[in-house]
Parts: sequence; structure tokens; C-alpha cells
Amino acid sequence: MTAPAIRMQGLKKNFGVSEIIRGVDLDIHRGERHAIIGPNGAGKSTLFHLISARLPVTSGIIELKGENVIGLKPFEINRKGLSRSFQITNIFHNLSVFENLRCAVLWSLGYRYSFWHRLAGLKDARLRADAVMEDIGLTSRRDTPAGILSYAEQRALEIGITIASGADVILLDEPTAGMSRSETDDAVALIRRVTEGKTLVMVEHDMGVVFGLADRVSVLVYGQIIATDAPAAIRCNAAVQEAYLGTGTHAGHGHE
Amino acid sequence: MEFVVISLLNGITYGLLLFMLSSGLTLIFSMMGILNFAHASFYMLGAYFAYQISTWVGFWPGLLVAPLMVGVVGALIERYGLRRAHRFGHVAELLFTFGLAFLVEEIVHLIWGNVAVDYRIPAELDGTLFTLFDTDFPIYKGFMMLISVGMLVALYALLTRTRIGLIIQAALTKPDMVEALGHNVPRIFMLVFGGGTALAGLAGVIGGNAFITEPGMAAAVGSIVFVVVVVGGLGSLGGAFVASLLIGCIQTFSVGLTISVTDVFALIGIVLPEGSQVARLTITQLAPVLPYMLMVAILIFRPRGLMGARES
Amino acid sequence: MSFVFSRGRLLLWGACLALAVALPLVLKSGFMLSLLCQIGIMVVFALSYNMLLGQTGLLSFGHAVYYGMGAFITMHTLNMIGKDGSPLVVALLPLVGGLAGLLAGVVLGWVTTKKAGTTFAMISLGIGELVAACALMFPGFFGGEGGISGNRVVGKGSLLGFTWGPQVEMYGLIVAWAFVATIAMFALTQTPLGRMANAVRDNPERAEFVGYDTQRVRYLMLILSGFFAGIAGGLTALNYEIVTAETLNAHTSGVVLLMTFVGGIGFFYGPIIGAILVSVMQIVIGGMTHAWLLYFGLFFLFMVLMAPGGIASVIAMQRNLWQAGLFGRMVPHYLAATVPILVLMAGLVGLIEMSYALLAGEGVGAGDTATRVMGMQLQLASMEPWAIALATTAAGVLLTRWIGGRTGVAWNSALSTLHGDKS
Ligand SMILES: Nc1ncnc2c1ncn2[C@@H]1O[C@H](COP(=O)(O)OP(=O)(O)OP(=O)(O)O)[C@@H](O)[C@H]1O
Ligand SMILES: [Mg+2]
Repeated sequence: MTAPAIRMQGLKKNFGVSEIIRGVDLDIHRGERHAIIGPNGAGKSTLFHLISARLPVTSGIIELKGENVIGLKPFEINRKGLSRSFQITNIFHNLSVFENLRCAVLWSLGYRYSFWHRLAGLKDARLRADAVMEDIGLTSRRDTPAGILSYAEQRALEIGITIASGADVILLDEPTAGMSRSETDDAVALIRRVTEGKTLVMVEHDMGVVFGLADRVSVLVYGQIIATDAPAAIRCNAAVQEAYLGTGTHAGHGHE
Repeated sequence: MEFVVISLLNGITYGLLLFMLSSGLTLIFSMMGILNFAHASFYMLGAYFAYQISTWVGFWPGLLVAPLMVGVVGALIERYGLRRAHRFGHVAELLFTFGLAFLVEEIVHLIWGNVAVDYRIPAELDGTLFTLFDTDFPIYKGFMMLISVGMLVALYALLTRTRIGLIIQAALTKPDMVEALGHNVPRIFMLVFGGGTALAGLAGVIGGNAFITEPGMAAAVGSIVFVVVVVGGLGSLGGAFVASLLIGCIQTFSVGLTISVTDVFALIGIVLPEGSQVARLTITQLAPVLPYMLMVAILIFRPRGLMGARES
Repeated sequence: MSFVFSRGRLLLWGACLALAVALPLVLKSGFMLSLLCQIGIMVVFALSYNMLLGQTGLLSFGHAVYYGMGAFITMHTLNMIGKDGSPLVVALLPLVGGLAGLLAGVVLGWVTTKKAGTTFAMISLGIGELVAACALMFPGFFGGEGGISGNRVVGKGSLLGFTWGPQVEMYGLIVAWAFVATIAMFALTQTPLGRMANAVRDNPERAEFVGYDTQRVRYLMLILSGFFAGIAGGLTALNYEIVTAETLNAHTSGVVLLMTFVGGIGFFYGPIIGAILVSVMQIVIGGMTHAWLLYFGLFFLFMVLMAPGGIASVIAMQRNLWQAGLFGRMVPHYLAATVPILVLMAGLVGLIEMSYALLAGEGVGAGDTATRVMGMQLQLASMEPWAIALATTAAGVLLTRWIGGRTGVAWNSALSTLHGDKS
């Protein structure tokens, strides 16, 4: 069997004295869609930050496709085929929608730091950016500066930048947060389409999205994974219900 | 031995003066996120105000009034200039203070002329405090130390013992939270800016006559103060303190050392080839660049500075 | 579509070149010619600076280092080839300057670009001071106080009739270099590196998450910008035939920052406007009054507070209004606003000039007799001129608040109409 897409072992993260991630062991299989759920402040985003090297790990192991990635810089991990989105929109505000997407594909197309290619002449970059723009439904906003897009449009762009490079491991942090019902449905369809044949890990509070999209679900509570299973099994897992009831959150367990 | 002790005393005096500048700069920076490029200009204003006052009523009133005037000027500039620039982001802010430094220098040129003014040490403080070996240690140096240390103690007490100090400390890390608690953060900012510039003004009052009061003094001290905060670690008061003393000592020691680079390398057993220009330089000649070389070294080997918490 | 666009652009470039070539035919005096030469050099320098500030978001206080290194190396090379050189070699010397700037960028940039933001600004200042201090330490290379000089007319004949001796030939050389460098710098903005520099400026964190090493992007941009600054330095060396340590000190760094910012860092052509404007101001206003730096400082602060996008952004804004058909309705407001500004300026200038005159003349017991200020004979010892100037200033302030406020309201409403139209 090939190595898992992502392997975490004994992963810990402290902020000062407070332990936020308290020993996570989790394998994300290749090609699966994996959701991470859990109450607010459980450490889901922090976990993503550790995997993508936005934050340094306190202790433990992270392997990406069998390769140790601890100590690498974010761009090095990205180049190994991992791309992530952010819970708080993180885009290039002064660049147009199209430029945002084109920036996201340049490295993966091998243009590196070139100052001898003319951007306008890079057909592959243009086509790829246009295709993603079409996918996320922002074609009509092509030349609008990203900073003045509406919130939902910015969220869509956030996803677009993440998937544009064609990375095969994709981390999405609450991709549908703040979207309306119909926008959410569109986003789910989009995510399903663009992650076909890829590995997806997503943090999501919307149980509809989770159960509709995920092959497996992990529940992170207070810095630890308390259960990893198929969605149906998670739904009736006693420990999970306990955790959710105990913290009395919004996660809307039980229905859908 | 004599050289070491005297240089050490001089270095500490100068270092404390640097700290009066760098502490204000650090407070303003960590609180408002503004690197006040014009900080040394307030130092210069302090010196010139004190000089002007001393020509009318003598040195002592100026010691009190000049820093206050500088503080008021600083607070006004914060209120009516910086606050507006702040809306346009960090670069605009930095540029505003840069333009301000430029303007202050021109105004000083305009009012007091291009050459140094005759700002003197008051007669009461003109003399020898004690004689060590064969060298006299002037009273005024002792006075400078006294003022700086007194100022530091007062600052420390203000920050840790008073209500406003606690609010300032809280606002350093969490301005939004402090504002939510009902404190007027813009006003606190204005106070801090005024206070920081007043501190710089005071440094100017006691430094201007010890060294020289001329239109170029802001630029000369300003870049050294920046070196201090980079070396100490941006935003760290403790770091600024250590770095101030360190650089103060480096500067005074190096000015007195007449041995050449060749000799220094010879001490550690390396023989430099004869005749190259670098090898013939004495440490004294190198003095102006040593702080910057230290800064570069720090950046390479310890990018967050001596005591900086974060790597920015 | 893109073909048409690039043809328009070609036309624009062509027109600029034609204008630059034609200008000395009209402005024949030696004074004008040297002003034009200065502008040409500053255009390259300011554009190179904007590669850092505008495009990469790096505020440098030490850019003169690369300019100065370019100048010094060019001068030394010129002196080395001396009598054996040909005018062709001389014409190519700015390239040597560029390489010197590039090399300086490789060495110094490695230290400075480890950081961005405020820290970068401080480090660039420190490195600038370091190099400036070194310049005074090594008179052999930097020529000490007097600098080093050379002669751009070398021994062997001419290149197509050019020896570069006459100033007008030098102007031609500057125009040629400035044109090539400007096109190259513009082309750079249209490359992957150029675009990623914008991305790093906007959001360095996200740039790292799309595969780019932001430190490397900054480093490369700094090296390239050093190259173009070095070319400008090489041109200075040839133009003035003397290079002093002043060329690479903090003052020169400050000037290039000021002109770039005033012109506008958000547009490619902004620094060009800034270079022209500041050079002209420097020579024209500088020739009229000693207080010119003071005026310039005030003007700069005014720009920071009122138009942080620089002149180019003001122009762009007017163009947007024009295209939306809103410009016409702003014109009366603009005209109305000039009145209080002129009054305010008159008052301020009066105060400043009189102070200058008074303080400058203090030593020789002036003040009792009439002093010439701005072409007027004024009795500076009496209250009268001061009172008038003060009153004018005060009136200017009040008028500005009143009319300026109304202009602001009109402006905002025009802007909101503009944005309303768009969305
Ligand atoms: N830089 C930091 N320093 C200190 N504590 C932090 C830091 N970042 C996060 N935390 C704390 O870590 C905990 C986990 O944060 P995290 O953002 O990972 O939660 P989350 O599971 O993503 O929550 P949410 O569902 O609200 O997004 C929180 O209690 C937060 O306050
Ligand atoms: Mg989160």
C-alpha cells in the first residue's frame, strides 16, 4: 500500500503554556474526502496551520505522501503538492480576480521567478486561470480588484486560489462559512468537481456539507481526535454526541 | 585600565542617553505600530528649545520646559497629522514621519542657521566630579547619568505602578480590548506619542550641550537609534536597554582605540597581508561603521534581535 | 484585442520618445539642457526605486547605494579606459554601472531582503549609512570629500560623429538609455516575477501558500532594481563627470523616495511624473528661494495626508470621472478650491520668506532698513508686513476649511456616483 496522503503522529502544539493540539494521530488516505469537525476553539484551524507549516510544530510527526515535512517552509510544502485555503479570507486584495488566479498557477506551471517570459504570452497560465474562474463563477468579475468583491465572491476566490495550482492534497478551512444555502450548494458541487481524484481535507461546521461530501469524518475536541469514522457511524457515535452535547454547540447533530 | 574604566563610564552615559531615545521609540512602536522616523528630530528640537530658553533665562528652566514643549508638539502632530496618515496604512505613516524629519531639519535650518549653536553646559555643572588615575570625569556626565537613571526609574514606576501605565501596557498588546473596556485609545496613543517625544526632547536637552547642537544632529543620532532597536529586537524595551548600553560602549571604546585592524587580527593570531587599505585602518577610523556592522551581524545570526520576541 | 492594445502602447512610447528628442530643439539654453539631462537620469532612478516601493511593497531608505555604486564604478572604468577608449565603449558604460548596482544588490540585498515591512525599511537605512560611512573611510576608491572625476571624451575619434563632449550629445545618450531602461522596467512588470512581486506586496503570506518564496522574490526584485539604479548612476557619472560620496548617501536616498512617492507609486508612470516635477521644482523654485527644501517638505507632507496615491492617482481619478461623465460637475468645485489654497499659500510663503530674510540678515543688523523679499521692499522691523501675512494665512485656513469642506462633499458624492455606476 502507498503511504497515506497525510500522516500525523503524536502531533502537539502549545501556545505558551496552553496546549492547543494535544497529541493527534491521524492518517488521511489518498483520494479520500475527509472532514474534520469539532466545536469552536477545538484547534481545527491550528491543525491546518501545522500541516501547512504556517505555524511551527511543538512535537510530533507530519508526513506528506510518506515524506517528512516538519521544518519545511510553507512554499516548500506547497510545491510538494499541498494547497490550502484559509478560514479568514486571504487573497491578493489589490490584484484583479484574474491576476489572483494566475498568480496561483504560475509556480505549478514551472514559471518560477521568470523575468524573461511575458505573462500575456503564457497561454497555459491564462487558460488555467480562466477555467478556474469559470468554475468558481467569477468570470463576470474578471478584472475587478479582489478587495472590492462581495464576501461570498471572496470566499469563492479563496477556494479558487487554493485549487488553481492543481495540487493533489487540498485543505479547505470552512469553505462555506457565511454562505447562503444556495451558495453553499454551489460551493459543494464545485468542491466535489474539482477534488475528483484528489485528497481533500476540510474543516466544516455545516453538517449538511459534511455528510454530503465526506468519505470519513474526524471529530476534534479540545485538541484531540476523539473519533474517526464513516459519516453514518459518526452520527451515532456516543462519544461524539457526548462531546457536542457537553459543549452545547451549534453543530446541528442529529439531523440531515 | 584607566582607559577601560573611563571609556566604560562614558559608554554608559552615552548608552543611557540612547536608551532615552530608543525607549520612547520602542513604546511608540509597540503600541501604535509606528516606527517614528522623526524620533531623533524631537531630540534635536529638545536641544534647540533648551538652547533658546537658556539664552533667555538660563539652563534650569529649560530642563523642564523644553521637554514639555517637545511633548506638546509631538502630541499635536500625532493628533492632527499622524492619525490621518494612519488611515492610509503603514507606508503612509512611515512616510509621514519621514517627511516630518525632513521638515523639522529645514525649520531648524531656517530658525537657527546652518552651523552649530553655542548651547553650553551651565557653569554650576562645569567642572570635575572626580579624577580617576589621570583623567577627569566631568560633573556634567554624572548629571546626565543621574537624569537618565531618574527618568528610567520614573518611567518604570509609571508603567508598572499607575493606572494609566497599566492601561498603556494592556493597550500595547490588545488595543481593541482596551477600547472595548471603555478607554479612549486614541487619547492614550496621543499621550504615549507625546510622552515618547518628550523623553526624546529631554535627551536632547541634556545631550545637546554635552555633544553638539546642530541641524545634522538628528540624522546622526537617528540612524544609531534605529540600529539600537534592530539590535535589541523591535518592540522590546529590555532589548533596547541592553542594545543602547552595548552600542554606547562600542562607540566610546572604538573612538579611543588607535590600534589597527592588522593589530586586532594579530591578537588572534592571524597575519593580514601588508599594505591593503582595510588592514591599515585603525579601530578609531572604523568607529562610525561598527554599529552598523553589529546590526548586520545580528540580522544574519539572530534575526529577531537580542531580546525580540517575534521575528517580523 | 490585445494587438490593438499593444499598438496603442507602442504609439505612446513612440510619442514620448519623439517628445524627448524634440525638446532640446525648443529649449535650447544650456540651463534647460542640463535640466533635461537631470530629468532623464532621475526618471530611471525613480522608476528603479518604484520596483521596490510600488511593485514589491519595500520601502527603502538606502536606494542611493546602488545608484552611487553604479556611478563610482562607471567613473573608475571611464578613467581606466581613458585615452585608449572609443566613444562606443563610453556609450556602453552605463551598463557597467548597472552591473555594479546589480552586484551591490546581490551582496547587500541578501541581508536586507531577509525582512519585509518596517524592518526592511530600517535595515535599508542602516546599510545605507554603513556604505556611506565606508565611502568616507576609503578615499582611495571614493575620492574622499572631493569625489573622483573623469572626462567622458576619450581619445579615439567618434561614434557616428558623436564624441559625447557637447551637452546635447550627452542628452541624446541619456535619452537613449532612459528609453531602453524604461521599456525594460515596464516589461518586467509584465513577467511572472513582476506579477508575483505585486502578490508579495499585497499578501506575502498567501504568496507563500501558492508556492513562492517571498524572500527570494524580494531579493530578485532588489537585485534587478539595483541594476537599473546602477544604470542611472552610470549616466550621472558620465553627465557630470564627477562623482562624490553624496551620490550614495541618505540624502540622495531620501530624494528618490520623495520624488517617487509624490509622482505616485501605484502606477508605472507615476515616478516619471515625480522625477520631472521634483527636478523642475528643485531647479526652478530652488533658484528663487533658499527655503525651497522647506516648501518641498510641506508639499510632501501635504501629499501624504491628502493624496497618498501621488499625482498619478489624482490624474487617474480625474480620468475615471471624465469617463463617467462626472468631470464637468467637479470643475467649478476645483476652481473654487484654488482660491483658498492660493490665499493660504500666499500667506505661508510670505511668512516663511520674511522669516528667512530676517534671520539671514540678523547678523548684519538688518531689519531697520527695507529688505527685499519676493521682489518687494519690506520693512521687516515693523509689524505691518507680518500682520498682513498672518492675516492672509489665517484667512486662507478659514477659507480652506469652508470651501475645502464643500469641495470634499462634492468629491465624495461624485465618487459614490462613480462607484454606484460600476456595480
Ligand atoms: N496564535 C495563537 N496564540 C494563542 N492561542 C491561539 C492562537 N491561535 C489559536 N489559539 C487558540 O487555540 C485554540 C484553537 O484555535 P483554532 O483557531 O484552531 O480553533 P478552531 O477549531 O479552528 O475554531 P473555529 O471553529 O472557531 O474556527 C483557540 O482557543 C484559540 O484561542
Ligand atoms: Mg477555525
